[in-house]
Formats: sequence, C-alpha cells, structure tokens
Amino acid sequence: MSSNIYDFSTLTGSIHTWLSGMMSSGWVIFTEMVLVGLIFLLMYALLGLFLVYLERKVCAIMQNRVGPNRVGKWGLLQTIADLIKLLLKELIPIRKSDALLFNLAPFIVIICSFLAMAALPYAKGLQAIDFNIGVFYIMAVSSLSVVGILLAGWASNSKYSLIGAMRSGAQIVSYELSVGLSLLAIVVFSGTMQLSGIIESQANGWWIFKGHIPAFISFVIFLIASTAEINRGPFDLAEAESELTAGFHTEYSGIKFAFFFLAEYMNMFIVAALGATIFLGGWMPFHVGNWEGFNQIMDYIPSVVWFFTKTFFIILIIMWFKWTFPRLRIDQLLTLEWKYLLPISLFNIVLIAFIVLMGWHF
Amino acid sequence: MLTQEELTDIVRSFVPESVFPEGTQLLEVVVPAEKYFLLIEKLKSDQKLSFNYLISQTAVDFTSNMTVVCHLESTEFRYLMVVKVILTDRENPAIDSLTALYPTAEYFEREIFDLFGIRFNNHPNLKRLFLEDDYGYPLRKDFRDEVNMIER
Amino acid sequence: MMSEEIIKDVIVGEQEDYLINLGPQHPSTHGVLRLEVCLKGETVKYLNPHIGYIHRGIEKMCEALTYQQIIHLTDRMDYLSAHINNEAVSMIVEDALQVEVPERVKYIRTILDELNRIASHQLWWCAFGMDLGALTTFFYGLRDREHILDIFEESFGSRLLHSFVCPGGLMHDVHPNFQKRTKEFIKYFRTKLPEYDQLLTGNIIFQNRSKGIGYMSRETAIGYGVTGPSGRGSGFSCDVRKIAPYGAYDKVRFNEILETEGDVFARYKVRMAEMHESLSIIEQLIDNIPEGDFTAKMKPIIKLPAGEYFRRVETARGELAVYVVSDGNKTPYRMKFRTPNFSNLFVMNEIASGYKIADLIAISGSLDLVIPDIDR
Repeated sequence: MSSNIYDFSTLTGSIHTWLSGMMSSGWVIFTEMVLVGLIFLLMYALLGLFLVYLERKVCAIMQNRVGPNRVGKWGLLQTIADLIKLLLKELIPIRKSDALLFNLAPFIVIICSFLAMAALPYAKGLQAIDFNIGVFYIMAVSSLSVVGILLAGWASNSKYSLIGAMRSGAQIVSYELSVGLSLLAIVVFSGTMQLSGIIESQANGWWIFKGHIPAFISFVIFLIASTAEINRGPFDLAEAESELTAGFHTEYSGIKFAFFFLAEYMNMFIVAALGATIFLGGWMPFHVGNWEGFNQIMDYIPSVVWFFTKTFFIILIIMWFKWTFPRLRIDQLLTLEWKYLLPISLFNIVLIAFIVLMGWHF
Repeated sequence: MLTQEELTDIVRSFVPESVFPEGTQLLEVVVPAEKYFLLIEKLKSDQKLSFNYLISQTAVDFTSNMTVVCHLESTEFRYLMVVKVILTDRENPAIDSLTALYPTAEYFEREIFDLFGIRFNNHPNLKRLFLEDDYGYPLRKDFRDEVNMIER
Repeated sequence: MMSEEIIKDVIVGEQEDYLINLGPQHPSTHGVLRLEVCLKGETVKYLNPHIGYIHRGIEKMCEALTYQQIIHLTDRMDYLSAHINNEAVSMIVEDALQVEVPERVKYIRTILDELNRIASHQLWWCAFGMDLGALTTFFYGLRDREHILDIFEESFGSRLLHSFVCPGGLMHDVHPNFQKRTKEFIKYFRTKLPEYDQLLTGNIIFQNRSKGIGYMSRETAIGYGVTGPSGRGSGFSCDVRKIAPYGAYDKVRFNEILETEGDVFARYKVRMAEMHESLSIIEQLIDNIPEGDFTAKMKPIIKLPAGEYFRRVETARGELAVYVVSDGNKTPYRMKFRTPNFSNLFVMNEIASGYKIADLIAISGSLDLVIPDIDR
C-alpha cells in the first residue's frame, strides 16, 4: 500500500548507480559518505539557525513583543548575524581550568547530537542509517551528551558551572528512564526497534490513536521527560539563569558557547523528531484504518512535509512549556521523576504488554 | 493607653537618672550609657509597654559629644519613644549593643560603627558595613576628605 | 609544582565551606548586592550579605544641601517609590515649619503614592516571576507599568525619578489629563490583574515553589524590623498609612492586607492584594480632588527651627523613617533615613538557611529588595 508516496530511495539509488558507473566501489562509498556528511552539516547548521529564530519569534509572540525584525525580511537573517558575531568573538581561556576537557566538552555535546540525527527518518527512504535497533541507538547516543555537560561543568573551574553540571547529570540520568520506558511502550506495540519498521506499522493509523489511552499516556510522559532531558523549559535547572547565571556553560565564549547553544536546539529537534516518528507516525501521512480514498488524498502531501510538520508541532509544544511555566526546584524535579513519572510509565508498560498479549489494539 | 506622663513615670521608675527634655516632637528620654541597655531591656519586657520594634538606631555628632538615638515603637500599644545616650568621649566612644534584644540592631550598629566609629560592646560581628577598613568615619563633623569633598 | 598546588587546594577545599558569591553581578540580586552563600550540596547553610557597592553617602551629602535639594537625592534611594520618598522629606519640612498644605496637594500626593506603589509592585511581580524562571511575566508586568509611567511622564516630565513633590506642595500642577488618564488606567488594570493570576498565581509549579518556603514568624519580622508587604505577610501589622495616617489616607477606606503564613506565597499574596487596594484608594480620591493651589506659600530659603524631627511613611517596600536634626540653618545638621530595605535584607540569613539555593532566589525575590535603598 501507500504506493503514492514518493520513495526517496529511487533518487538515492539512481545517484548510487550513476556514481558506480564512474568509479570503483570503494570510491563510491567514500564519495557517498562525504556527500551525506556535507548534507548533514548543512542541514544541521540551517536547522539550528532556524530553530533559534523560531524560538525568538515564538517567545516574542507569547510576550506581546515583535521579536527580531531588523536584519533581513522579518528578521530572518538575525540568527546568521548572531552566528557571525559568535564566530568572531574571542575564546577566553580560563585560568586553572582543565584545558583539554574544557575544549573537548562542546565537541562531545555537538557530536552526540550529530550522531543522533543520522538515524532519523526524514522521509520515505530518506534515512542515513536504518539500524535494526534505531530507537535504542538514538536513546544511547543522545544521552551521551550528559558526559559533555559534566565535563564542561567540571573543567570550567567555576562553582556555578559545577552546580549546573551536577544538576544536569542528576536530571538527565533520571529522566532517561522515563524517556526509554515511554518509547518502549510503542516498541512493544509495533514489535520492532527499527525506526522504519515502526513507521511502517503506523500505515493504518498513528500509534497515539491506535494504542488506546496507554499510548497517549506514554506520549505525555515522553513530552515531559524529553523536555527535561534536553534541559529546557521548566526543567532548565542546569542553566537556570536566575540562579546559576548560565550553569554549565557560564565560562564558555565565542564559538564554543555557540556549540552548546546549537546542540541544545538540535537536541530539541531530535527529541521532537523522535516523538513524531514514534507516536505520530513520522513521515507517514494521516491514515485512518481502511478509508482508502481518504488515505490516497493524504498520500499526495509529500512525506517530508508530514515529518517536519509533526516535528515542529512538538517543538512548538516544548517552546510553549518554556515560555509559560516557572522553573522547578531540583528536589521537585527528582520527585516528579521518581515518584510520579517512573511508576506511571512502569505500570503503563505492563498495561501495554497485556493489551498486546490480548490483541486489543488496532 | 497610657498618657505621656504615665510613660515618663514608668521610665523614671526603671532608671531614676533619666532626663526628659522639654518641647520635643516625640517622647524623649536621655539616659546614662551604663543604664542604656537596662532601660531598653525593661522597656521591651514590660507587659504594659512592650517596646518590641526598633524602628531605627542612629547617632549624631554634636562635636562636643556623640549621641546615640534609638526610636522604639510598641507594636501592641503603638507608643513611640526616643531613647538617647550622650557619649562625651569622642575619641573612643563605646556603648552596649542591643543585638541581644533586637536582631536588627546588629546591622544598625554596624552602620553606626562604620560611619561614626562608635564601638558596641558585646556585638557579635562588629565590622564595617559599607566602607573600607581605613576610610575614617565620614559622618563625624571633623571628617575631611581632601579629594572628594568640596568645602564651601 | 602544579600538582602540589592542586593537592593543597583540594585539602583546603575539604576543610572549608563551599562558598559561592551571588553577586555583585548576578541576574537575580536586582542590583549590586553580594550574598556570600555557604552551600552543602544544594542546601544553603548560611549566608552573609555584603553591601556598600552603591553607597553614595546620601546622609553625608544631605548635610551640605538645602531641603529643596535633598528632595532630589531621596529619589535615588528607593527609585521605585520616588514619590513616597519625596513626600517623606516634604512632610518633615512642613511639620517643622507648621505649614498647612492645601487639600488638593494632599489628595494628589496620595494618588501619586498609590500609583507609585502599583508601579513598584508591578515591577516586583515581573522580576519575581523571572527569578522563578517564568520569563513571560516580565513583559506582562512591564506592559501595564508603562501606562502608569506615561501618566507620570505627562504630568511631571519624567518617568522614574520625578522629584515632583516638594516642601509645601507640588512642583507644579498636574496635567489637565491626569484625572482622565488615571481613571482609564484603573479601568484597564482591573481587566489585566486577573491575567497575572492566570499566568502565575494559579500555576502548580509556582505554588510548589513558593508555599512553605522562607518561613518568617511574626516575632522574627518585628525583631528584624521587616516592614511593608514582607512584614505583613508574617502578620506584622506595620502599615504606616493606618498607624499614623498622612496625606489623604484618613479620608479613604482601605484594608491593611495581612497574611499569617509568613512564607514566600504569603508575601506574594499581600502584594497582589495591595495592588487591588491601591486601585480602590485611587478610585475613591480621583473624582474628589478639590480645586485650589498646588502649593502652600513657602519662603524661598527654608530654614528649619532648631530641633529634631521624625517622620514615617509607607513606601512600596515598607516603612521609611526620616530623622532630621536641625540647628536652624538652611541645611540639616544630621539627616538619617531609616530605609525599609536595609532592615528587610538582613533577615535573609534567618529565613533562607536550610532551604535550597533555588529557594534562596525565591526568598530574595519575595523580599523585593532595591539595593540603592540599602546602601544609600
């Protein structure tokens, strides 16, 4: 079914055959890798800049402001101007800091978000690596960034940074559990960890609709826990600017700060994309059971559009959190996770396993 | 509600040496330095008065003497009273601290120490509050700062 | 060499407390205040305020200035209650010279006091939300504060430091639009105040962050001289407007807001309720401003009779007491300002110890400190 959806593997396949006609197979792989790397680098930068711009506009609208509106049309070039400013800024070395780790930390953080991006399915057939353990891989890689944050906090030789890093460590380690369990719910439903497989399993309806209330509960838990995991919104304790000035990246300047900044926004994109893929069907258009005609019309909307619409929908929700809620306190944060989210998601998993066992889902 | 006369009588019964200047805006009492703590302790603990709120504590340099001025209020009966102590020793003025009675006095006294150089006995943390340690005592009338002050 | 130094650092670090300096440049100390905070994990063991970064010696400067000039200095103490500070000095001069100010002046002064109080509480609300991480509150509060500042600007030409109240009355009469615009503002702000509650008061995170935090008993409040909304949140009845009414406060009906919980949320509730009270005070006065002069007849050179004078007013943050010793000259012999924030600050160690560092920020926000008022 869904034969109408354009499959990007035809495009990529033709590029592959065209390259194979010109060079040996080793060079083909090399060229393809370089190409994919360049495309990701470009996409990473553009998406990051756009997300920063989007955040500024969204928060401006929520705060009765106009937002950036001077550089370029509607201020569209504002973030590029900011990026140039950050590139030109001096990298201030910190006395008595651990220079190696201090310089390494921003790279760890940004590499982790790069790695996670590679496994995301952007459209039908448009996915760099389709692991059979895709969900697991993204979870593992994205949680590695806590190492970078801890290193940044420790190596800065600043007390504020250290407190921020420790908070961040406690926070990410605990919320990792809830994110994992809420994703596991859908893995149980679909019976595979492969992202493409999960999307295929939603061809007759997205899991958030098919999976009864338990899937919805896991979606809400995923939203809360992933917001916490990317240090955003009401859970931005690691950088809590009113308490710790800027938390773990207090001492960073110039492009190293920009790395943290960009990685934060890209992490937001990654969790939103993951949420969209797992719960809202990824690039899969909105299909309802066996309404063939309706499904056909939906298929005319390109899969890339579906993917990015859903992703930005979740991003907007996460931004909405941030600009509405006050920040939690560290003990309240951990209480929320260990006393509420974790038991609920554990119970939810059992419930889902039971539903799947009895075959009650659609 | 006690009248002014009754208040003066009560104060006089606590400290017989106290003097009440005439024609002041509020009820004023001048006590010797050694009876100062005692009087205020009694003013605070007395059931009929309970002066439990130290509005302000400050000092005035009258060149011939230093005067410490306390404005007290009773939050229960809303009496206001000014307690004054005249310290004739301008070089090394010292007086008892009220910190044990009013926690806020700790900081008022630090401010007075900072700006007037009056020492407070039994003060838990008598350090300068605003200025550097070698600045001098700016609110004394004989304070001179050649650099920053313009004499008229 | 290097390793020895590091080892020494570590050993010393274990013996000493984990001290961090909040300030002098810190986003949530609202000015150049330095809090030396000792932490155990995230918990505050004790804290030690260091002040004096913006000490300008206003009391010393007053000794060289005339009373008309002093008015302009009082603006710079608590810049968010500029009118009320001006009024304190003006009233002490009027007391000493036994000048009876016209009724019109009393009414206008009272209205200005209350407008100033609302503007100050609005700014406090913005900043308090920011302290707790709710960034949107800042813009909602400033949006409404702008209306008050526009009224001020129209009448006095300045928005923050007005120096409009002077000994004997006002600098000049208010703008003809003053009444109309103030009434418009009351109507407008009554529709906007529920928005404040929707955005912050009812929020479950906000309530968890503020309830039961920073408990201050009534005895502590009195002992430390914590006045204003902070003291009234602990049940300390300290509203000078009620105790010793000045201006037109004896002609209006209003309630002294008292809460007895003594926590951050109680102080928050007091301030929110005070905005409503202030609106009702202005509403009672604005239509009844009597016609008349905007100032009493004053001599160009004011000389206070020798003696001592004391006056208290209620600023937006508590009780401002002015104590003047005059020797009959045109300048005061000694001028003392008992500013509310000075006393309010030092209660911090008492009420913040044992809470988390995030609570410390909430507590300092709930005390609504203005640092130039502490340092003077």
